[in-house]
Amino acid sequence: MLFFALQFSTAVVPAAAEGLFLSPEALAALRSSKVADRDRALDELAAASAPEALDMLRALAAGSLHMDRESGELFVLDDKTGTARGVLDGEVRPADGGGLRRVGTNTAQRDRILSILGARLLSHPDPVRRRAAAAALTDGPMTVDRTQLEALRDRETDEETRESLDMALALMTAQDAAAAPQSLLKSVELLRASGSPRAKTVLESLAANPDRAVAVAAAEALEHKRIVSDWAAMLETMFFGLSLGSVLILTSIGLAITFGVMGVINMAHGELVMLGAYTVWGLQQLLPSQPGTALLLSVPAAFLVSGGVGVVLERGVIRHLYGRPLETLLATFGISLILQQAVRTLISPQNRAVGIPDFMSGLWRISGELSLTCNRIYILCFCLAVFALIYAIMHKTRLGLEVRAVTQNRAIAKALGVNASRVDALTFALGSGVAGMAGVALSQLTNVGPNLGQSYIVDSFMVVVFGGVGNLWGTLSGGLILGLVNKILEPASGAMLAKIIILAGLILFMQARPRGLFPQRGRAAED
Amino acid sequence: MENTTADVRTGLEQEPVFDKQSGCLVLGLLIFASAIVSCSLLPSASPLHVSSYVVSLLGKYLCFAILALSIDLVWGYLGILSLGHGAFFGMGGYVMGMHLMRQIGGQGVYANPELPDFMVFLNWKELPWYWWGSDSFVFICVLVILVPALAALIFGWPAFRSRVSGVYLSIITQAMTFALMLAFFRNEMGFGGNNGLTDFKTLLGVSLQSKWMIAGLFMASALALALIYVLCRAATVSKLGRVFIAVRDAESRTRFIGYRVEHVKLAAFVCSAVIAGIGGALYVPQVGIINPNVFQPLFSVEMVVCVALGGRGRLCGAVLGALVVNLLKTWFTTALPEVWLFFLGALFVLVTLFLPDGLIGVPARLRRFGPRKGGDAPEHPAGGPL
Repeated sequence: MLFFALQFSTAVVPAAAEGLFLSPEALAALRSSKVADRDRALDELAAASAPEALDMLRALAAGSLHMDRESGELFVLDDKTGTARGVLDGEVRPADGGGLRRVGTNTAQRDRILSILGARLLSHPDPVRRRAAAAALTDGPMTVDRTQLEALRDRETDEETRESLDMALALMTAQDAAAAPQSLLKSVELLRASGSPRAKTVLESLAANPDRAVAVAAAEALEHKRIVSDWAAMLETMFFGLSLGSVLILTSIGLAITFGVMGVINMAHGELVMLGAYTVWGLQQLLPSQPGTALLLSVPAAFLVSGGVGVVLERGVIRHLYGRPLETLLATFGISLILQQAVRTLISPQNRAVGIPDFMSGLWRISGELSLTCNRIYILCFCLAVFALIYAIMHKTRLGLEVRAVTQNRAIAKALGVNASRVDALTFALGSGVAGMAGVALSQLTNVGPNLGQSYIVDSFMVVVFGGVGNLWGTLSGGLILGLVNKILEPASGAMLAKIIILAGLILFMQARPRGLFPQRGRAAED
Repeated sequence: MENTTADVRTGLEQEPVFDKQSGCLVLGLLIFASAIVSCSLLPSASPLHVSSYVVSLLGKYLCFAILALSIDLVWGYLGILSLGHGAFFGMGGYVMGMHLMRQIGGQGVYANPELPDFMVFLNWKELPWYWWGSDSFVFICVLVILVPALAALIFGWPAFRSRVSGVYLSIITQAMTFALMLAFFRNEMGFGGNNGLTDFKTLLGVSLQSKWMIAGLFMASALALALIYVLCRAATVSKLGRVFIAVRDAESRTRFIGYRVEHVKLAAFVCSAVIAGIGGALYVPQVGIINPNVFQPLFSVEMVVCVALGGRGRLCGAVLGALVVNLLKTWFTTALPEVWLFFLGALFVLVTLFLPDGLIGVPARLRRFGPRKGGDAPEHPAGGPL
């Protein structure tokens, strides 16, 4: 509650010079060193409706209200900036620590202030604030007394706030030792649907209630809550699995293209992902005030950056090594080392902070038990969009047709007039560009540093090989399956062991199906 | 993918085990090692004295050369590119490390005669079962051979039987070493977790710091390298070696002729793992530490590049490559640490692009360069479609 009170204390209107919001007597009583005097001042403050009164109450609760020892003027002291703001004139001046004395409060008074503030927020004209205050009631300490709360509930027009208030009342009833079994049963009914952890502890204490009906109802409600939270936990695990799967798909789909089409093992693929993530960082440095725009712009930018590097790689090195996959593997590994070290030398060996724009950082609250983070949802959607795009390119365009022709039978494709070397370059550019876009997504989830790519490269290869080389559906299902299995194993075994189990499982799987889930068929598949 | 051009070196007559190159290598190695050992035993005032630091460093290079030999045996002769040979090296190393840990006995920080320090620290009460027998040197020597062999057998048998080959095999070997690295990082494994096994004091009752011990270990590494080299050489020039090359160049054809390709591959893979394990076991007492970093994929790939640089399919080349790359690495990481990865990366690229036969093939290349005019790409003496 205190937290809420302080949060809203930013905008302050200076007290109007003509009409004071407090009577001179009350001001004098506040300055008094007697507790009874200050109690009287609180009475008047509680009744006052001016925003300044609220401001003053907050200052009192936070212990930042001070008075000048000589003139008796009241100030709100701001420790952070070291300034004092006059309560009556709103004038800000440097704080003079020696001349100020804190206006003291005792525990009872602080509780009372919090209660007044709570009631104030609960009757705030803005429904959003009322909602927040009411929700805080069920989670935090109860600061408003019962009669006040009932009055507020009856006046409330907003549906959600009303529900929260009902819940708070139910909690209050359930904790009341003198409550009648009838009203207790009613509270249990309400608490059953509540997602707040406090409802659970209260229900647990009610399950030991001497009244049998109440105890049974509470136990039943607890059981219901357990089932709901089990489901929520399962859904959350699934969500995290899908999210991990989407990241794996993003990082490996480019690889699936280059590996599948050209048989090129590009060990520098992870570094192309890293370059994409650094593109986000670079654009955010250029547009420091608009991280959101920078992020959106960096999707095409990262495609171009990584795709460009990919073309240079293909034309400069990989082209000369076609038909020698193991040597390509070594050469591209060397390139990955060079790219990593280049980032370390040119930018920094440390991780870079990439800003997360507001629209990415929210939380989607489905119910009390289940809430999903927006960035993961967006990345899941992004992954599906990228997949759809790649799929469309491969199956609906001329380039895709040529790529598939070259994949299936290079010699025949060439004989039919396909410029295989051009197709190679374009495919490699496409695969690398997609790696860059994956980097954009990763920049919103993990640290952006020189080792970013390295940590994903092994996983990406696993996905491609698991799904079956040269098959986009294989990559999609491979990524999702690996992501889900990983997250399902994780709670039981811990993150590291889960990974080990998956790697071992994959090695075994490869023995049984050396060509992955969806092997390529036909003559071209045999070397 | 078959190489139809005949391998120039595979005439009908069998090559001698000691041709000019191998003879030079073995003889040179033995002379060099004896010279270093005798110099290191001179009093430190002598101008010819070699410090024990240098001796251990050279010993370390020899161990890497043993690892490179093991990689060349499977990659150069059978076309199995293992990106996880560091794992077998690490297994041999960890087995030896276990023995050295037990040798510390009561001299550790916690002075527990039974348990190594890290187990006392983890509050373990007794040795895990797999540490059984680690106090016996003979038993440990057996384990150094058995553990990598068994691991290679377990990994290789299903893989070769189901004909996982080429890049797929490379990637699952990398997955293997990666998984082992993650596993060894865990404290629960009982191998010291992140820090690995270290703080060794004695071997066979002799302090590891004494110059006799250091010289002895160096000599042992040199002898092991020479012996392994001769054995590998004998194997590769024998009839079996012909089968190796046949498997590498035309696996299906070899199978159709009637050879059990998977048996050949498995045998070579297991032998190679044992060689790597021996290298690791010699490496640990000279370096004084073994930790999960040996399981890092990068370490294994670096060793593969040593082989590629020296010359794949030439056992001499593997030894040469390991020595050259590691000398360069030591020099770069002290003088220009920033540049090392650039250099290593460039080495990867340039060697694969311009030196397919490696350093050892350079003289032959230069010789061939003269008479040929505008011919096709030079024949690849190492053969291999890879």
